[in-house]
Amino acid sequence: MWHILKYIARRGRVTEPAPEPLEGTHRPAHPVHDEILAILGRALAIRQVDAGSCNGCELEINALNNPYYNIEGLGIRFVASPRHADMLLVTGPVSRHMELALRRTYDATPAPKLVVAVGDCGGTGGIFGESYASCGRVSNVIPVDVTVPGCPPPPAEILAGILAAVRARPPIEAEPATFEPGFN
Amino acid sequence: MEFFGLDCRFERFDAPLPIHGARVLAGQWSALALAVAEAKGRLVSLWGSDERATGDGFAVSAAYATADGLLWAKLGLDAAKPAYPDISRFFPAAVRMQRAARDLVGIEAEDAADDRPWLRHGAWPADYFPLRFGNTGQERFQAQADAYPFVPVEGDGVHEIPVGPVHAGTIEPGHFRFSVVGEKVLRLEERLGYTHKGIERRFMGMDTDEGARLAGRVSGDSTVAYAWAYAMAVESLAGVKVPERAAWLRALLLERERVANHLGDLGALGNDAAFGFALAQFSRLREDWLRLNRECFGHRLLMDCVRPGGVARDLDADGCAQLRRQVADIAREVAELKDIYEEHAGLQDRLVTTGRATPELAQRLGLTGLAGRASGQAADLRADFPWPPYDGLAVTACTHRNGDVAARVAMRFDECFASLRMIDALLAGLPGGSAREPVLVMRDGAGAGWVEGWRGEVFVALETNAQGRIARCHCHDPSWQNWPVLEHAIIGNIVPDFPLINKSFNLSYSGQDL
Repeated sequence: MWHILKYIARRGRVTEPAPEPLEGTHRPAHPVHDEILAILGRALAIRQVDAGSCNGCELEINALNNPYYNIEGLGIRFVASPRHADMLLVTGPVSRHMELALRRTYDATPAPKLVVAVGDCGGTGGIFGESYASCGRVSNVIPVDVTVPGCPPPPAEILAGILAAVRARPPIEAEPATFEPGFN
Repeated sequence: MEFFGLDCRFERFDAPLPIHGARVLAGQWSALALAVAEAKGRLVSLWGSDERATGDGFAVSAAYATADGLLWAKLGLDAAKPAYPDISRFFPAAVRMQRAARDLVGIEAEDAADDRPWLRHGAWPADYFPLRFGNTGQERFQAQADAYPFVPVEGDGVHEIPVGPVHAGTIEPGHFRFSVVGEKVLRLEERLGYTHKGIERRFMGMDTDEGARLAGRVSGDSTVAYAWAYAMAVESLAGVKVPERAAWLRALLLERERVANHLGDLGALGNDAAFGFALAQFSRLREDWLRLNRECFGHRLLMDCVRPGGVARDLDADGCAQLRRQVADIAREVAELKDIYEEHAGLQDRLVTTGRATPELAQRLGLTGLAGRASGQAADLRADFPWPPYDGLAVTACTHRNGDVAARVAMRFDECFASLRMIDALLAGLPGGSAREPVLVMRDGAGAGWVEGWRGEVFVALETNAQGRIARCHCHDPSWQNWPVLEHAIIGNIVPDFPLINKSFNLSYSGQDL
């Protein structure tokens, strides 16, 4: 135990400031509303879904959990069930074999929900494209709020994309229908 | 050359490792499998192809690792009824590969005990074969009902736990069906194929440069291994020898990929045993490692750095110095963390005897790569067939015999130190000259590449058509061999230890789903 504490004390803190939200990749620009941040309390629960990627994007998403990015310090955490999630972080291309599982995961996520498509494959289908086995980009299967290009995008850009999706949400008043009680 | 007294001539490919290819006859197909099995050789891969475009019917290929190198045997099959003798009697790992060959090409293994589909779920019908001549791969089908017959386990108090395809963590999708009594696992049956995205069909018709990008994306954590195996295949086909500097830089990239994965896994394994400190520290080291990758090679995961003919980007003296400094730093940190791992009784308690694959089981099922070496299977291409620059690095295969999670953790520490040593030696002796040669691809040619990736041996078989474009490219991931062994390693363990055991193998879904 002494050895562990000594190791921790010697390395100190390495956490870096969060990046600015990604510009120009989200749906129609909505002004940033302080009340949105207030409503979310800057806390965000993310369910990651690999819908057919090569695992490259997953490696970089996992890197977000390292001490440099310290996303839990920003109030963001990855959760084990879509039932607990505010956001789906989806990598692609969506394979036809994952199409149904992705739709079900989306349906199991309570509204209001955000979807961020990570990587060139998630955003456009990438090098795999569409075929007998691939549905291509994520937005061919479920609605997407923000896409983060890159193959794979580095963690800071994924984080910028996540922040952009949170900021870009339209005011809650404009979308009362998104608060539907019960299962959806 | 002739092997095992078989009357067929194998031609050596122009590759830095001994890789031989031959067309065999039906009788020789089984005789070769038997001879390799008796000589304790390994089945590396099995795949099918449709050669009706050139008037030859279908073909099935098998690649075996023997003491004399790799043997690629190809058997021509009848166009009307393509079938070949089942080789899963000799190599249990062939079962899933034979099922996949049927799903993609429509060739049958005669009398195979398991004829369930493997890569095909409900996305396309049973009579559609994406790799067949005349199919474009752009066909779309209405999703069909997908009722996969899992093997049932019955008895007092036995119940099933279905897990996936969407898992609880940030990992790839697949389905696990546990049959349990209380917490204890009686049986695990895997069902994979969820990330099948038509890679092999995608290769067909690509030019070989474009193919290099795709090969580098078969499994994201092994991008260097795939890119190198693919480049080796293209170069052996074209008869090009890469400059010495390029070979050294490739080995540098491959070893950096190995270290990156081991750092990630060591942290994740600690975390899965409730030792969060390990994840924080190892993920910090991994991040340092990846950031310097980006600075020196332009990509954190080193994608597209290895290209046919050499490497995409040369390294300057400044980069060399930075990399050497980092090797020293990381070696010191990992040594300190290894001490912490070893003196932590609570952690060791979770790792030792958990998820065992005995050397006997490993040998019988063909466990390969890092997991194989943790179960006494001392195969490592860098040591067995040291091709440049490994011939000058005195590589020995690290091995352990316990075959448990602790052994696979120890393997990662050992290999991490070995790779750090190699990286330093490579940087110290990096030869001058160019880092890339032009490659002129031959028409109607064949080539093969074989590389020891961090997970195990990655194999690529490549054939070009009359236009010099890709007619068939088969990429093989060592996960094909190792997934079935995981089903055995979990038996008798408790369900909550599955994530730990699974992580200790850390197999690729995308690499085997293709």
